[in-house]
Amino acid sequence: MNKGRKRRILIAKPGLDGHDRGAKVVARALRNAGMEVIYAGLHQTPLQIVNAAIDEDVDAIGLSILSGAHKTIFPKIMTLLKEKGASDILVFGGGTIPKKDRVELTSLGVGEIFTTGTDTHVIIDYLNRTLET
Amino acid sequence: MKKKLSTGEMVSRLLAGDRRAAARLITLVENEMDDHHEVMSLVYPYTGKAMILGITGAGGAGKSTLTDHLIGKFREQGKKVGVVVVDPSSPFSGGAFLGDRIRLQSHSQDDGVYIRSMASRGYLGGLSRATYDVIRIMEAMGNEVVIVETLGAGQDEVDVIHIAHTCLVVVTPGMGDDIQAMKAGIMEIADIIVLNKADLDGTDRSLRHLQGALTAGSFEEGAWMPRVVPTVSTANKPEDLQGIDELAATIAEHQTYLRKTRAIDRVRYDRVEQELGLIFKDELQKIIFKGLKGTGKKREYINSIIEQKNDPYSVVEEVLNTYLLPWE
Ligand SMILES: Nc1nc2c(ncn2[C@@H]2O[C@H](COP(=O)(O)OP(=O)(O)OP(=O)(O)O)[C@@H](O)[C@H]2O)c(=O)[nH]1
Ligand SMILES: [Mg+2]
Repeated sequence: MNKGRKRRILIAKPGLDGHDRGAKVVARALRNAGMEVIYAGLHQTPLQIVNAAIDEDVDAIGLSILSGAHKTIFPKIMTLLKEKGASDILVFGGGTIPKKDRVELTSLGVGEIFTTGTDTHVIIDYLNRTLET
Repeated sequence: MKKKLSTGEMVSRLLAGDRRAAARLITLVENEMDDHHEVMSLVYPYTGKAMILGITGAGGAGKSTLTDHLIGKFREQGKKVGVVVVDPSSPFSGGAFLGDRIRLQSHSQDDGVYIRSMASRGYLGGLSRATYDVIRIMEAMGNEVVIVETLGAGQDEVDVIHIAHTCLVVVTPGMGDDIQAMKAGIMEIADIIVLNKADLDGTDRSLRHLQGALTAGSFEEGAWMPRVVPTVSTANKPEDLQGIDELAATIAEHQTYLRKTRAIDRVRYDRVEQELGLIFKDELQKIIFKGLKGTGKKREYINSIIEQKNDPYSVVEEVLNTYLLPWE
């Protein structure tokens, strides 16, 4: 008898810039939607994020990126996930990322990128739709 | 798309120390998925040797910060370390915000450390039954030390004191008021009381109170007398940290005591007894409800209680007499 498996989501704020208000807002919203959020906090390296995601057996990694570091961080994370046989983990993001870069990220297998200030319900709906039950 | 490995394959990978397999198996036992019992039967022979260290205490007392340092001490001894951090689930949504990894960062690149955050899932402040199995998976993975961090202690059935061999209770200055400490039952729970944040005002007074409460307590001849270890676990310079070495030494001392006096046998016995009781409770409940459902009686009984034709105790007695006791 499988009781409903809880969704587990890792939320991190990689890069050097120092505030994680946005990430925390999303984390709380996902918690309130019944998900288990592993909050990894600020300044995580891609390797730290991927290791934590694997150890915590999360369904998805949500990255908050404001600094423009998205061009390096997302690809690194996608590569590491692949290397470690964990490409089934969904990667999504939030932040100010130009449209043309988003297309590039999508081609790497990155999921939705939400612009800053997106209603958290949109993110919750997205995760519920995208993640397997 | 998740590759579906057989349960046996997953367990073999776990025994080889594979993190992904460990992580998957923990999810499986945590959610009580179909292969749960099979997994535990396969894993069981590889468990029982690790030292299980409980760290409990009020929110923000410094449990994770101390855990981070203790991981370092065990790694210096060449031991692999598993950590389970349990935080409460939201009683409203069932979700959880698990933020302890932020303070457990020093070893995030070390393959000899495996950290897992767990939500208590309805067990307020306590641990779920799955915690026993999560610890076993960590043991089978090759971890010689398993640390369990949890909020509060003493009020719950599945509790860190029933699970850990050595139990630390972390308090902070001002909380160490003797009446409070006695009330909280700290003295019964703790093998070691850590007075953390010993850099703050009121440390001396708290230390006196705690030590006073301990000497006033009565302990059997030869029994372990809880120790108080003051610590400072955050500092700008490593040399300003205090008490971490003493804490590690006191833990080792308690472990030696457990082995020398064979008190460990008692701890192990109590632990299995407690766990068996919980499994019986859960499994019997499942059997009874399933059986009743099959006969359509479950609804009947529940309605008779709602309509006050019956009370819960009489129903339980009747069910037990009808369906279970005859096979005695
Ligand atoms: N002044 C001082 N602060 C400390 C000390 N140890 C930890 N802290 C701080 O106390 C806060 C809480 O520390 P944690 O280690 O997260 O405490 P915790 O008991 O794990 O907290 P929860 O898991 O939320 O219950 C952090 O801001 C730490 O930096 C200490 O020895 N002195
Ligand atoms: Mg903590």
